[in-house]
Amino acid sequence: MKRYSIRQLLDGLDQGTFSSVEITADYLARIEAHDGDLNAFISVDKEGATAAARAADERRATGESAPLLGIPVAHKDIFCTEGVRTSCASKMLDNFVPPYTATAVSRLAEAGVVSLGKTNMDEFAMGSSSESSFYGPTLNPWDTTRVPGGSSGGSAAAVAAGMCPAATGTDTGGSIRQPAALCGITGIKPTYGRVSRLGMIAFASSLDQGGPMATTAEDCALLLSAMSGFDPADSTSIDRPTEDYSEQLNQSLDGLHVGVPKQYFSAELDAGIGDTIQASLQQLEALGAQLVDIDLPHTELSVPAYYVIAPAEASTNLSRYDGVRYGHRCEDPQDLHDLYTRTREEGFGAEVKRRILVGTYALSAGFYDAYYRKAQQIRRLIQQDFVAAFEKVDIIAGPTTPHPAWQLGAKSDEPVAMYLEDIYTLGVNLAGLPGMSVPAGFSEGLPVGLQLIGNYFGENRLLNTAHQYQQQTDWHLQQSGKGE
Amino acid sequence: MSVEQAEIEKIAELARIRVAAEDMPELTQRIAGILDMVDQMQAVDTSELEPMANPLDASQRLRADAVTETDQRTQFQNIAPQVESDLYLVPKVID
Repeated sequence: MKRYSIRQLLDGLDQGTFSSVEITADYLARIEAHDGDLNAFISVDKEGATAAARAADERRATGESAPLLGIPVAHKDIFCTEGVRTSCASKMLDNFVPPYTATAVSRLAEAGVVSLGKTNMDEFAMGSSSESSFYGPTLNPWDTTRVPGGSSGGSAAAVAAGMCPAATGTDTGGSIRQPAALCGITGIKPTYGRVSRLGMIAFASSLDQGGPMATTAEDCALLLSAMSGFDPADSTSIDRPTEDYSEQLNQSLDGLHVGVPKQYFSAELDAGIGDTIQASLQQLEALGAQLVDIDLPHTELSVPAYYVIAPAEASTNLSRYDGVRYGHRCEDPQDLHDLYTRTREEGFGAEVKRRILVGTYALSAGFYDAYYRKAQQIRRLIQQDFVAAFEKVDIIAGPTTPHPAWQLGAKSDEPVAMYLEDIYTLGVNLAGLPGMSVPAGFSEGLPVGLQLIGNYFGENRLLNTAHQYQQQTDWHLQQSGKGE
Repeated sequence: MSVEQAEIEKIAELARIRVAAEDMPELTQRIAGILDMVDQMQAVDTSELEPMANPLDASQRLRADAVTETDQRTQFQNIAPQVESDLYLVPKVID
């Protein structure tokens, strides 16, 4: 299917080449025709999308303007949408129709976005392959025997296959950047606190951050400008003025100092990815950037630190699912204890249970100092590495993942092997920095992502770098054969 | 620090997750694998480091002590598994 960028769709809408009702109907038809193969969507909101598209066309007809008026997008099924089932890909929330809408989603709606539906993901965003979904795995459009990455794998696959021009995602340890890399699209995780977490179902609250996934950096800038900003209803939202991320896209990269961490090119890195990333670094150099070798000495420790902190916070956050107020409840509970334990046995999948148990263990009496406190101290160490690096460079560049998309099922029985796939993305979440993934080429026919990491609130510089790179390369325009 | 099955049974009880007896050995083994990986942290001297809870070291924002929420009880209880007379129902706790 031919893909269109949001920029192209906005131009067509502005010129009256087509209406929002027409393009929305086209995307809904694409989903109907092709999602049977990929399983990228959990719910498709045909009625809501059609009504929103009609409203957008009416607003446009009266001369009203909004930055994304009439643009169809999909939302990861972790964002609460009033009146539209929000499952978080869990049996626990299979019947959950939220009474309110996430701030990030309502901000996009105010900007004129039309929601097509909700995308598949790892259950409660816990995973790197989108295989742990209660609704079955999403497949990678480049090779349907392979995973699309995760946890925002449905969003990545849907964008890559042309079933929507863009989608929202969330990133706790790489869940926007890694599936973007494995599916050959562009995605950005902003600085912690930049996008409101209100209505974004909580996994690990000190790490979770929402962001856009699209085909180009230019589209990501449009979406992020609309969805970010201070939200008094999220206690960790940062009170800073909203930025226009499109403003600096065309700035030259002359004199940009790009840090290349040697720890991101270690032995486990796939050779094809290594070569691809070296070539993209040279491309950045050709654009005027200056490469600087840097050290992030504690990179390896980000895996153990993350896999204590994230499960610990998850075990606390997921204690709310008790079968009393909403969501799944077991049949015929004998007593209150039976109600809790059986509801949670039935409602959660294997990986979610493992993480709740690891988190409960790490927080339990006698183990707190050895695990949770220790992990938080190591988190400080990892942040200090980045702070030191940003004294010398403007951005950091390297691979997003150590390997390209793997075969379905290859790692699903080995949690630790799966966790190690997150080695290059976890540190960014632990430090709270913005990071993005940009298509940079292929390794044995599978997409490779270039990861760009920015300093705190450096989203503008990241998007500028990615946009300039995309002006000189066409990796982001390449598409899988799926659905042609 | 290898973990015993009895410890996982205790943790599962604390987390209020029922685990079938026949699934316990495999679950214990998987969690032991995760905890073994995590244990590489113990080799690092962190005695001088302040634990980091928030990536921006931000503290909780305070707001005026004013009522901002409206009553949405009906809306919230509409999605509850079992409600009676505006109350959430659970199995009998006290005889």
